[in-house]
Amino acid sequence: MGSRKSCAGSAVPAVLLAIVILILVASTVYFHVAKTWWFPAAITPVGSEIDQQFFVTFIVTGIVFVLAQLALAWLVFRYRDQGRKAHFVRGNHALEVIWTTVTLIIFVGLGVMAAHAWGEVHFGGPAPGALQVEVTGVQFVWNFRYAGPDGRFGRINPKDIDASTGNPLGLDQNDPASKDDIVMGDLYLPVDRPIELMLRSQDVIHSFFVRELRVKQDTVPGLVIPVHFTVTKTGDYEITCNQLCGLGHYHMHAMLHVLSDADFQQWEQKQEAQNAQGGQ
Amino acid sequence: MSSHVSTVHHSEAPKGWIRHYIFSLDHKIIGTQYILLGLSAVTIGVVLSVIMRIHLVWPNAHIWGFANGVVSPEDYLRVITMHGTLMVFFVLTTVPQSGFGNYFLPIQIGAPDMAFPRLNMLSFWFTFLALIVLLSAAFVPGGSSISGWTAYAPLSAVGEIAGPGQGLGQTLWTVSIALFCGASLMSAINFLGTTIDLRAKGLSLMRMPLTVWGWFITASLALLAFGVLLAACILLLLDRLAMTSFFIPANSDVSGVLLNHSGGSPLLWQHLFWFFGHPEVYIAILPAMGIISHVLSTFSRKPVFGYKAMVYSLSAIGFLSFMVWGHHMFISGMNPYSALTFSILTLVIGVPSAIKTFNWLGTLYGARIHFTSAMLFAIGFVSLFVTGGLSGIFLAQPALDLYLHDTYYVIGHFHLIMGVAAIFAMFAATYYWFPKMFGHMMNETLGKIHFWMTFVGVYCIFMPMHYLGYAGDPRRYASVDAVHYLARLQPVYLFISIAAFVTAAAQLFFYFNFFWSIKHGKPADRNPWRATTLEWSVSTPVPHDNFAGHYPTIYRGPYEYSVPGAAEDFIPQDLAPEQVAKA
Repeated sequence: MGSRKSCAGSAVPAVLLAIVILILVASTVYFHVAKTWWFPAAITPVGSEIDQQFFVTFIVTGIVFVLAQLALAWLVFRYRDQGRKAHFVRGNHALEVIWTTVTLIIFVGLGVMAAHAWGEVHFGGPAPGALQVEVTGVQFVWNFRYAGPDGRFGRINPKDIDASTGNPLGLDQNDPASKDDIVMGDLYLPVDRPIELMLRSQDVIHSFFVRELRVKQDTVPGLVIPVHFTVTKTGDYEITCNQLCGLGHYHMHAMLHVLSDADFQQWEQKQEAQNAQGGQ
Repeated sequence: MSSHVSTVHHSEAPKGWIRHYIFSLDHKIIGTQYILLGLSAVTIGVVLSVIMRIHLVWPNAHIWGFANGVVSPEDYLRVITMHGTLMVFFVLTTVPQSGFGNYFLPIQIGAPDMAFPRLNMLSFWFTFLALIVLLSAAFVPGGSSISGWTAYAPLSAVGEIAGPGQGLGQTLWTVSIALFCGASLMSAINFLGTTIDLRAKGLSLMRMPLTVWGWFITASLALLAFGVLLAACILLLLDRLAMTSFFIPANSDVSGVLLNHSGGSPLLWQHLFWFFGHPEVYIAILPAMGIISHVLSTFSRKPVFGYKAMVYSLSAIGFLSFMVWGHHMFISGMNPYSALTFSILTLVIGVPSAIKTFNWLGTLYGARIHFTSAMLFAIGFVSLFVTGGLSGIFLAQPALDLYLHDTYYVIGHFHLIMGVAAIFAMFAATYYWFPKMFGHMMNETLGKIHFWMTFVGVYCIFMPMHYLGYAGDPRRYASVDAVHYLARLQPVYLFISIAAFVTAAAQLFFYFNFFWSIKHGKPADRNPWRATTLEWSVSTPVPHDNFAGHYPTIYRGPYEYSVPGAAEDFIPQDLAPEQVAKA
């Protein structure tokens, strides 16, 4: 060992390490540039802002990743035991100060930049005239409630909850505002109109996630959590549950249908008519 | 070697086999017991992860031990819960700190034993009991818990109506973790007391090996964090068994049953859990950082670059670790303004972590690297730490966490930085200290095969998980069938599973090497790596009181390698200045 041992055999692990790290760097960069498995296109303005922040973070962390890994690969290759004595050095105060300051500025800078997008989602309310939809997570389905023609959500009485009689949310039948409420298993939204979702849960914690909205929010029993956005593209998108809620967690799934204004009005009228006929 | 005779060890070497190997008061035996307990837990944990990977790719595969031979969705959740709990508590928390720390902290500071040997034995047996209670849940009606290692309330609080395993299984989980908290608290006091009071003459704080600093700061974190988790577990047990409502709000209707609880807050559990849970991440990784600095320095034949910066950054991480728990809760429904505070503090805690990385690279600069198995795992650690650390920069920003939270991205992130990195430190520690512990060398060829397969393997497992996260793949899904966009990710699943099988198989090289070398390895010298710290000054096997009554005096810092003017390329900490041979 040590100075007495020959340096033979040192090159193989050094070269191998450098190669493995190079492959790691190359493949990581490739999959991020080729976007083989990637985010679906965002369908809200906030989603695009979040994507922009993702982009900046990818660039900054990407540069640091490549430089740090390549530095490691170079150091282990360059300073493999070749019989030279190691260079005695205890540290460098100036370097410590420089890299501490630079990382602090970069990291905190990213955090400050990202604050705006977060504020767009969570500070302040939706634009006036937003369509309100109540989203309720229940093991293992989503329920979406619209206020109906009267524009008011009816009272909920937990004693009335009974999925088998078609009242999974426990709408209080004695409240006139409940009568015209529309409860759906899928979420229908109009395009280009401010939306406010009010998220709640009946039993355990669930999490509402639509990839294209770039919005994920836990639904917590005892809380009503508002989320607002405006969708700018019609289409069908998947809603999943992202917080472990029990054995059916993986199939707690629904669809988001974003309709044109005309289609949405048509859909709304149809639901209202059905509701009136159903004579709840 | 200079030495001075001081107090004799307060306990005699035990006579009987049971007092020597089972109910031992000797920190070395207790450390070994912890390591073997961790080895058992990690073995079960790895088998469980192989079951997960089989199930995700071949859902109908017959697996021994499951009802009808098939893993049901609830079985899958039992498996992930058990995997996470075993790995976080009984492996990552136990082995680097209680295992290697117990064994080597007293020796490295020149002490005959831990300050409180009986407390030490008690903490091990609490840990053992906690493990037995946890595993026993698999055999009770309803099986073990399905609520994940984070046990979010109310799923964990309302009992079996929330699902199979949420009855007795969840109660046993909670009791197990409470016992584990007790063990960790006792152990933390012992580590702190030992480090503060039992250091050898001349061993000032700034001469302590970085391993000792890692264990010391970890013990401070454990003392403050496990108390909170213990309280949380007691509250959870009260909710479950005594009809209190700490975590259960009014009007909860679970499985068609309107619960008779009111006034609780599900977020309270998360605050308490993560107030423990984030320091816990550092409880797992700070000893690893110490070990890696120690090993890198030894096999670079150089002092640790920026020793003081290493100490200060360890301390800064420890201090900040108590102010960042909210980054686990960005989407939980907590006040969105607090998210910004937690976000900035989380990014700030990245700075001391980056400082450590720079200093590790600085240690390699100008080195004379000996590629032993221990050193390879230490270098691998640095690479993993860089990768896993940078993905944390994404998750620290709440706007980005909105998308990535609870996806496979998070799984990839924390496995690299907390799981695999800490495991690499344990491997480095094992290859490094094995000669001192067992008097034999481990086989280097097997060690290198083990390293290469593991290093490439873990990257093949966990890098693709980040890509699954970009595609929005949620974690803890027993099946991908219900979500259409997951169908095209199947090739990635298959790739990860194959990588996991190969990596798991590679560990057989380690097991064989470990157990075979205990008896048949090449006999080890007192100081096979030509290292400087005290454990290499004592004879092998280490005497009962570590120093055979001759307690050392410390003359210098811990990493005096390749000092100009010295004949040898290392100067032991306890070698008197006049005895240092000149070149």
